[in-house]
Amino acid sequence: MTVLADAVATRRLLDRLGLGPRPGDLSAAVGQGFEATLDALLATPADPGPPPPVLAPIVDRGKPGTPERQAAQQQRSQGQDALTRWWLERMWATAAPLPERLTWFWHGHFATSAQKVDQPALLLAQNDTLRRLGTGDFRTLAQAMVVDPAMLVWLDGRTNRVGAPNENLAREFMELFALGVGHYTETDVREAARALTGWTVDVDPGSARLVPRRQDTGTKTILGRTAAFDAPGFVDLVVARPESAAFVVGRMWSRLISTTPPSPAVLGSLTDAYGPGRDLRALLRAIAVSAPFHDSATTLVKQPVEWAVGLMRAVGASPSTVTTPPRGRGRQGDPVHQHLEALGQVPFRPPSVGGWPAGTAWLTPSAQLDRLALAQAVVAHATVPPGPAGPNARIDWARQVLGIDAFGPRSTDALRDVAGGPDARTVLAVAALTPEYVIST
Amino acid sequence: MSNRLPDVTRRRFLTWSGVAAAAVGLTAGATQVPWSTLLDGATHTPLAPGQGVLVVVTLYGGNDGLNTVVPASDDTYQAQRHELAYQPSEVLDVGQGLGLNPGLAGTKGLFDDGHVAIVRGVGYPGPDHSHFRSMAIWQTASPTSPTGAGWLGRWLDGTGEDPLRAVSLDSVLPPLLTGASTAASTLPAAGLSLPTGSAGAAFRALAGVDPGDDALRARVARSGRDLAQVEQVLGPTLASSRSRAAAGNDAGAAAAGGGRSQLADQLRTVAALVEARVPTRVYSVSLGGFDTHADERGTQQRLLTELDAALTPFVQRLGTTDAGRQVVTMVYSEFGRRVLANASQGTDHGTANPVFLLGAPVVGGLHGEQPSLTDLDAGDLRASTDFRDVYATVLGGVLGADPAPVLGAGRTPVAGLLAT
Repeated sequence: MTVLADAVATRRLLDRLGLGPRPGDLSAAVGQGFEATLDALLATPADPGPPPPVLAPIVDRGKPGTPERQAAQQQRSQGQDALTRWWLERMWATAAPLPERLTWFWHGHFATSAQKVDQPALLLAQNDTLRRLGTGDFRTLAQAMVVDPAMLVWLDGRTNRVGAPNENLAREFMELFALGVGHYTETDVREAARALTGWTVDVDPGSARLVPRRQDTGTKTILGRTAAFDAPGFVDLVVARPESAAFVVGRMWSRLISTTPPSPAVLGSLTDAYGPGRDLRALLRAIAVSAPFHDSATTLVKQPVEWAVGLMRAVGASPSTVTTPPRGRGRQGDPVHQHLEALGQVPFRPPSVGGWPAGTAWLTPSAQLDRLALAQAVVAHATVPPGPAGPNARIDWARQVLGIDAFGPRSTDALRDVAGGPDARTVLAVAALTPEYVIST
Repeated sequence: MSNRLPDVTRRRFLTWSGVAAAAVGLTAGATQVPWSTLLDGATHTPLAPGQGVLVVVTLYGGNDGLNTVVPASDDTYQAQRHELAYQPSEVLDVGQGLGLNPGLAGTKGLFDDGHVAIVRGVGYPGPDHSHFRSMAIWQTASPTSPTGAGWLGRWLDGTGEDPLRAVSLDSVLPPLLTGASTAASTLPAAGLSLPTGSAGAAFRALAGVDPGDDALRARVARSGRDLAQVEQVLGPTLASSRSRAAAGNDAGAAAAGGGRSQLADQLRTVAALVEARVPTRVYSVSLGGFDTHADERGTQQRLLTELDAALTPFVQRLGTTDAGRQVVTMVYSEFGRRVLANASQGTDHGTANPVFLLGAPVVGGLHGEQPSLTDLDAGDLRASTDFRDVYATVLGGVLGADPAPVLGAGRTPVAGLLAT
C-alpha cells in the first residue's frame, strides 16, 4: 500500500465524509491539516439550509379520470419534484457537509421511495429525521425509522395488525436496516411482524400513531428471547445483537470507503468505536483514522448524485441555476434531474428498499454519455473565475477546481483536445469525465 | 498543435485496445466507415440464421404467480385468497383448471397460437424470502452463495471480451449480466449519438488505456471503449428505429394502444436490433413494482396489463421475420407470494412461481407440475422444477452453450420446452 500524504488524505476526507470541496474549501482544509479538518467535519452541526418546499397533505377523493384525481396527481408530482430540487440545492449549498452526506447515506440505507409514498410531506419529514438523528446513535435512529410515517406507508407497517400481520417491515428491518441476512429465521420474521403491529399513519398532519386495539400484545419469541415485544422492544433487541454492529459498520464502510470489506482487525476496531452506545460520530472518526482510509488503493465509485453534487459544488453552479430554456410551450428544462434519472439515481426514488447499487454497476457505457451531457449543462453555469490561458495551465486549473490529485497521461492527452479552445469551461466538463474524477481516489 | 497531432494519434492507436482503428477514424472525423472493418479484424459477423437470441424479462418485487396463472376454480384458492381471488369467469382459460390474469389478454392470444410455454412451480431448494437474496439467487443461479458473477455473466466470461454479446436496456447493469471478468453493455435511454468536435475527440480519448489506472479507473475507461463499439454496431439501427417510432408508423407502438411504457420502448428497440441482425445474443429488460403486500389486485393487474401490452406486439412482430423467429423471451420473478392473503388485501413473500417462455422456438402450453395448494411448506408452495433446469434449457437450446460451465454439472433441461 501507499500511505497518502496528509494533504491528499485531507482531500479524501472532504470527498468521503462530505460532498466534495467548494471553491476555496480544499486549500483551507489542507492549511488546517487532516486532524483539524476531521474535527471540524465532525463538530459542525447541520445548517438550516434553503427553506423546504411547502407540501400540504394531498387529499385524493376523486375517481380515476376525474379532474379531482388529476389535480391530486399533479400536486403529488409537483411536490416530489420540488422536494428533489430542494434537497439537491441543500446538498450543493451546505457548509456542514458531513451531516448532509450522512443524511444521503441513511436515505440509501432506509431507502424509501416516492413511488409508493404518495405524500411528499412524509418524505420531507423523514429526511429531516435522518438529518437530525443521522450522526447521533444508531439505536435512536432505528427507533425513529421503525415508526416513521413514510416508512410505515412504504413497508406497509400501517396495515400490520393483530391477527393478520404484514411481514414487510419486520423482514426488511432485520435484513436491510439493522441485522443482515443470515442472522434471523423465518420464524423470527413472523414473530417480529407481530411486535410491530398496531401502528397507523394520519396523513394530516403526517404523524404515526399506535392504535391499541390493532396491537398484538401477546408474547413473541424473537431471536431466542420471549417477551411481549412491541416496536421499541423489538428494535432494542435487534440493535443489541453483536451482528448488528458489524452490519451497520459494514454498510457505512461500503458506501463511504470501499466495496472491499474491512479486514477483521479493522472491523474490530470500528465496532469497538461504535460500541455499546452505537455512536455514529465515533464510528466515523475511527473510519477516518483507520489504515485503509490512508491507503491510496482504497478507491470508490462515486454514485451519480455524489458525482453531480460534487461537480456542482466544485464549479459553483447551483442546481437551481442549471436549467435549459423551455422548448416550445413546455416547461423550463431540468437537466440535473433528467440526467440523474438516466444515470439511474434520483433522490427520493430508490429502486427498492435495498437502495441503489454500489460499485461497478454505475460504470456502464451509457453512463459516460449521460455524465457528459450533465457536465456540459453544469459547467455552462459555472461561477468559478475562468481559468488561465495556455493549455497546460488550463488543465492544471481544472484539476485544482475539481480537487483531483493528478491526471495520468491518458487524461492529460484527452484534455489537450479541448484545452486550447475558446471556452475554458469545456475543460472542466471533460475533466469531470476522467476516470480520475469518476472514481473517488 | 498541428505538429503534435500525429504523435498523439499514434499513441492512441497503440493504446486503444480492441478499437484502435475506430479511434483513429473517429478522431479524424470519419464516422461512416463500415463497422465490420473497424472492429479490430472484423470479429463480428451478423447474427447467423439459426443462432438463437434470448430476451430476459425480469419482474422485480416478487410477482404473485397464483394470481398470474390462476387456479380460479380451486376451492382452496378461493378460501385462502378471499377478496384477492379471481373468479373462474374473470380469468382467461388455459386449460387444466387454470386461467391467466385478465390483464394478460394479449398473452392469452399468443398462448392459443402456441407461442407461450408456461413452466409451473419453478423454484429452488431452501427458498429464501428476501427479495434481494432470492433475486440474487435467480440472477447468479447459485442458491447457496449468491454473491458472485451472474449466470449470463458467466456465459459471457466464456465468450470473450465482447461488449456486444449481451445488452441491457436498463441504464444500470443487472447482476445477471455481470461476469467475473466481463460484463454486458447498456444502452442509453436518450440514444447513442456520440459527441462531435473537440469535446467528442476528448471524450473518445478518455477511453484510452493508462498503465497507471487501478481496476476501477480502468473500468471507467473501458466503458468508454465499449460505448464506441456499441455505437458503431447498434447506433444506426437505433437511430432509424427511433425515428420510425417518432414518426408514428411503428406497428408496435400502435398495437400497444398508444401507451408508451418504458418496457414497451425497450422491447421495440430489441426487436429492431434483432431484425437488423446485430450480433447480440442476450438482451435484458425489466419491469418493477410487483411487491404487493397491500391492495394487490389493482396494482398487479395494472402491471400485468403493462407487461402484456409490451410483450404481445413484441412477440407478434418477431414472428414476422426469420431473425425474429430465432428469439426466445423468458419472463421470471424472484419468487411468488404466500398462498394465504394477508389482512391488507395483499400477499407476503412466497416461493415457487410460473416462468413464461415466449416465441416461435417454444412448444406452447402448460409445462411442469402445478403446485398443490394444500400440501404446503410452512404456508408456501413447493417447487417442482428447479429454475436452473430452465436456464440449462435456454443455454443449450437458445444460446447453443454447454450449461455445465455456467450452472455446474448435473442440470437437466426441461424436456419438451423448446422445439428441436
